[in-house]
Amino acid sequence: MSERETKVRGAAARDAAGDDHQQAVEEAAGGGATTGDERGERARRADDIIRQKQADRARTAIQTELAEEASEARPRPEEPGPLKDGVIEMERVYLAFDRPVLEDVSFAAFPGETLVIVGESGSGKSVALKLILRLLQPDSGRVYICGQDIAGLSFTEALAVRQKMGMVFQSAALFDSMTVFENVAYPLREHTDLKEDEIEARVREKLEFVDLDPNDVMEKLPAELSGGMKKRVGIARGMANNAEIMLYDEPTSGLDPLTTGTITRLIMKLQRELNVTSIVVSHDIRSAFKMATHIALLADRKIRFFGTPEEMTASDDRYIRDFLGGF
Amino acid sequence: MLQLLDRLNDAAKRKVQALQDYFILAWNALRFIFARPFYGGDLVQQMDAIGVQSLGIVLLTGFFTGMVLALQSAVQLQTFGASMYIGRLVSASMIRELGPVLASIMVAGRAGSGIAAELGSMKVTEQIDALNTLGTDPIKKLVTPRVLAALIMLPVLTIINDFVGIVGGNLIARFYLDVPSTLYWRTVWEQIASNGFTFRVFPNDFIQGLSKPFVFGGVIAVTACYFGLNTSGGTEGVGLSTTRTVVTSSILILILDYFITQILLSVLVAP
Repeated sequence: MSERETKVRGAAARDAAGDDHQQAVEEAAGGGATTGDERGERARRADDIIRQKQADRARTAIQTELAEEASEARPRPEEPGPLKDGVIEMERVYLAFDRPVLEDVSFAAFPGETLVIVGESGSGKSVALKLILRLLQPDSGRVYICGQDIAGLSFTEALAVRQKMGMVFQSAALFDSMTVFENVAYPLREHTDLKEDEIEARVREKLEFVDLDPNDVMEKLPAELSGGMKKRVGIARGMANNAEIMLYDEPTSGLDPLTTGTITRLIMKLQRELNVTSIVVSHDIRSAFKMATHIALLADRKIRFFGTPEEMTASDDRYIRDFLGGF
Repeated sequence: MLQLLDRLNDAAKRKVQALQDYFILAWNALRFIFARPFYGGDLVQQMDAIGVQSLGIVLLTGFFTGMVLALQSAVQLQTFGASMYIGRLVSASMIRELGPVLASIMVAGRAGSGIAAELGSMKVTEQIDALNTLGTDPIKKLVTPRVLAALIMLPVLTIINDFVGIVGGNLIARFYLDVPSTLYWRTVWEQIASNGFTFRVFPNDFIQGLSKPFVFGGVIAVTACYFGLNTSGGTEGVGLSTTRTVVTSSILILILDYFITQILLSVLVAP
């Protein structure tokens, strides 16, 4: 027995001893009046029951600890440094504001795959996206985009890296003083030398890709659009610059089931037709299972699970089973 | 006791940090004036929002301030038989003090609050983050055009404010004190000339009266952008940022007015 196992077993036994003693005595007594021999027999039976319960608890504690360690270790690369084919990668990231937000978080997304990060509200999912965008800097650890460590980049250098990525915000975050056309054209006007007619052609192409009629929506202001249309315009704006990476923050939150299905299919279409690498932050398990090639579950500031949707449904971890809620 | 000291320490640290962030924002906003890309369209739009759209309120306050200044002074001047000096009094007060300070406080209330509300709304609806992710520096795109527009437009508004104030004084002088307009305007110019010229061309009164709104314009725009970009807590936070902008800008204008006057009085020597 290892030193660690001995410690866990001893602590578990001590915690359980007080409760178990009373319970075991009650179980062994079985009620009613007793003689001296019967009392001796019951005391022996009570000791046996206590020992059995303590052993069971210690075994469960050790199994849980080892399972957690194995789960944390799985997505972590063997050696420090970027993975060979990883497009987006986090390596042992720690971040705290007033209190810790992420602890020892590691995961990677490979070309053309859709990684969905799920977790309870406030578990640090959106913070992980902000780290990938270098809107935040980790306290320690590395964040690689296409093999480049962005954690140490200056603000101006990070702006260049961000041009590889398209981001779709929870609230769509369309510029409300600009029309739909101006919103989608914004990254093109900012970072390319395209002429106005080329920009218009690109904007029309992207709006059609997200199943919007350009003639109908181009001159509208964001305030005139429905929630689903805003999300679709947000996706069109994110992919306007032909981004290699798409990041989605709760893309289906606040939408009706039909629109949720439309947005989910759109994200899958992007992966299928344009081979875009996507990271989706969501707590919509149904959509997550539809679109994900891998799922990362954030819980208690750590990656509790990393694997395929099939591996997740097959998991025996009680927290995961509760989280999936019978899905 | 230790807890109290800890809290005071934390509060002091936060204040110092906020002050540092304020000056870093101001420095970056000014630095980006000379850095590509130039957002010319945004600059013109902001000059319109800060300058042209504030014109009405500035005209109104300037005109009535000039009139009330003349009216209040008239009673005293008549007592000493010095009514003809009304032009001197109105011009000195308007050009050196009331014009710059009143125009700036009006702009802080109208345009400053507007900037804070606009940027605050953009912050809470993630539009600032969206700018960042689209590879645009929000300071360059949003703060620099507003600061530059305020630096340009505040002196212009002050000149207009001074002028309509003196015109307002002229009306009172003409119809209340029976001072002829020619005499009034001659005394106005005598007052301006009496404080001397810099490089023999620029009246010292003008330099004093126009350097103030230049500084105040920068203070209003940076303060509004600072509170706007640091908005948190949804729509309630936007309201709070707007209030803080108006209060802080107004206080800073009045405090800085004293120090700028002190400095300029020692630098600009009358003949």
